[in-house]
Amino acid sequence: MGTYEHTIKVFDDEIGQLRGLIAQMGGLAEQAIGDAIEALKRHDLETAAEIVRNDKKIDQLEVQAEELAVRIIALRAPLADDLRDVVAALKIAGVIERIADYAKNIAKRTPLIDSHSEIEPLSVLPAMAALAIEMVHDVLDAFAARDAEAAQQVCARDRAVDDFYNSLFRVLVTHMMENPATIGQVTHLLFIAKNLERIGDHATNIAEMVYFAATGTHMAERDRGAFVTRQGE
Amino acid sequence: MTAASHKISARHVNVFYGDKQAISDVSIDFDRDVVTALIGPSGCGKSTFLRTLNRMNDTIPSARVEGEIDLDGEDIYAPEMDVVQLRARVGMVFQKPNPFPKSIFENVAYGPRIHGLASNHAQLADIVERSLKRAGLWDEVKDRLSDSGTALSGGQQQRLCIARAIAVDPEVILMDEPCSALDPIATAKIEELIHELKGRYAIVIVTHNMQQAARVSQRTAFFHLGALVESGTTSDIFTNPRQERTKDYITGRYG
Repeated sequence: MGTYEHTIKVFDDEIGQLRGLIAQMGGLAEQAIGDAIEALKRHDLETAAEIVRNDKKIDQLEVQAEELAVRIIALRAPLADDLRDVVAALKIAGVIERIADYAKNIAKRTPLIDSHSEIEPLSVLPAMAALAIEMVHDVLDAFAARDAEAAQQVCARDRAVDDFYNSLFRVLVTHMMENPATIGQVTHLLFIAKNLERIGDHATNIAEMVYFAATGTHMAERDRGAFVTRQGE
Repeated sequence: MTAASHKISARHVNVFYGDKQAISDVSIDFDRDVVTALIGPSGCGKSTFLRTLNRMNDTIPSARVEGEIDLDGEDIYAPEMDVVQLRARVGMVFQKPNPFPKSIFENVAYGPRIHGLASNHAQLADIVERSLKRAGLWDEVKDRLSDSGTALSGGQQQRLCIARAIAVDPEVILMDEPCSALDPIATAKIEELIHELKGRYAIVIVTHNMQQAARVSQRTAFFHLGALVESGTTSDIFTNPRQERTKDYITGRYG
């Protein structure tokens, strides 16, 4: 769909710019999550502080994307798939900004976790983060390609992130019961796990927006369920 | 729904100009309380189709209409159909306002008079006032009803033509690009008027302006190369058209 150009070429340019901003935001958000987990692992407070500072860039890009989307709607009056595309971009920009906030939140907690702590889940978090990053990455690829099927596959993977979270939750609570002195630190780890779980949820939300923009219909709840079941077989 | 429950029901309509086929197998229904917009590129047949609905094509010697068009279940192409009566029931407003070179009063009074809708001058004056009010023109012209209709501004002239069309108490109003010669304010007034008239009539409007179709209509039909490509609720057509050709046209990718 949308294979050939609009009669008014500048319209294509503007939609291209808007999609470029989303891709840029997505790239920065992905990197922020990865860096935040890496900084946590290595107790790298410098990098953690930088992630917090860099979040402003993503906020600025969101403002730019919003302004551009509003301008396109006002001046070009987009219709059909163009309209769905612009509305999706507008909403996705907001969701990526939230995803980046979770990365920032992880970075903010990093100084509060003792560098010498031997808390076992610390080794599981990077694997969970890798999965969440992959979801964000793939859903933005799906947006760039207007690929509804790829978006659906991202949704199917949210289950795995949830599973990670549920098992981490049990492990961390057990750890806290056995080592009450670590409750403060481990609570931060629990929040970090929760942040990653929320990032997976947000990637799923984006996938639904991509699906709607591409097809004009909403992803059916039961389709998503069926897909998850098939994947799990 | 049966055909009779629609105000107008067109079935397998073909229109030819001589050997050339202008409309191919179009079937569509129009209802009271609904504004239907006909959209499509120039030459797609939307105006030709509009004109079949009150047999305006009869005036073109080479034009031939096949298929069936029912008004309240009655075939308007049946031999016993009174065409003058039909055009009173299915009124028309054209692209360029075309008031008669007569007074404002006479422009509106002409139809009711020839159709015998008033038995005296007081009744006729009532109809004129009511029609001008309904067309949103009364306040602007009530003190100069004897002025010539052609002395009005373009937007006023078009509303006068709408008043003239509704003076004979039609059931359907056909509009062929009624705003294409008007400025944005005059256009907004006509659009507001269409909105107000919707409750009384079935309205079918041909427009080249996508945004106008989106603003005034509840249903939209897209014509291309003489065929009806797609029709549906206006919000579906403009947010999620089913046909690739519809999408390409409304998003400005056509051609």
